[in-house]
Amino acid sequence: MLHTINKSPFEKNSLGTCLRLAKPGSDILLIEDGVYSVIKGSAMESKVREATKEHTVYALGPDLKARGIEENRLIEGVKVVGYDGFVELAADNDRVQSWL
Amino acid sequence: MGNGAKKFMYVNRRAPYGTIYALEGLEVVLIGAAFDQDVSMAFVDDGVFQLKKGQDTGESNMKNFSPTYHALGDYEVTKLYVDRESLGERGLSQDDLMELTYEDEDDDYKEKPSIRIVDRKELMKLMEEQDVILNF
Repeated sequence: MLHTINKSPFEKNSLGTCLRLAKPGSDILLIEDGVYSVIKGSAMESKVREATKEHTVYALGPDLKARGIEENRLIEGVKVVGYDGFVELAADNDRVQSWL
Repeated sequence: MGNGAKKFMYVNRRAPYGTIYALEGLEVVLIGAAFDQDVSMAFVDDGVFQLKKGQDTGESNMKNFSPTYHALGDYEVTKLYVDRESLGERGLSQDDLMELTYEDEDDDYKEKPSIRIVDRKELMKLMEEQDVILNF
């Protein structure tokens, strides 16, 4: 299953709850304000680092760019994908859960 | 329910009156139920407040839609999973929730509770079993 999260983790707990309920091995893609989760040195870092051990964590490049977050600011282990990668993830997974 | 029925889970994570999510979600569930699918609902995070008993909007000029949850059983929506951790974090227990029941047509129309309190692992497993998951 692919999980997408589009909310900042500092405003909503969508990412926290997703990580609590997502089966190990599932893909997690951060989009829109969700990309604020993957900045190195933030209060989310340890949680996201933990998540990269059980899941593959992706962030959407264009949304990072739009927000001025350069790739060298990202927590190690987080993979950046473009829209094509988003499409591939959605196609490769049997289901998608969009956390709001 | 036909064999072609898909498993739909509606995940509710918002409190009832501050935003429109809860009411809209409930309406989608009722619409979806008309299509003869295998429907369940999960209540997680502030979503558990939707099921709090004793809601009274009389003085606040809003529609109290909590009685609608009692109708779910008649639409064959009989599986309402409530996340135990979310309840506990908010100082609530099962006694704080509305008593929602359905009549089990396979068991002489006995009245049975619709709400099931589940832990994280059970909910994780239930989500994995679904064909479609919609979040509200």
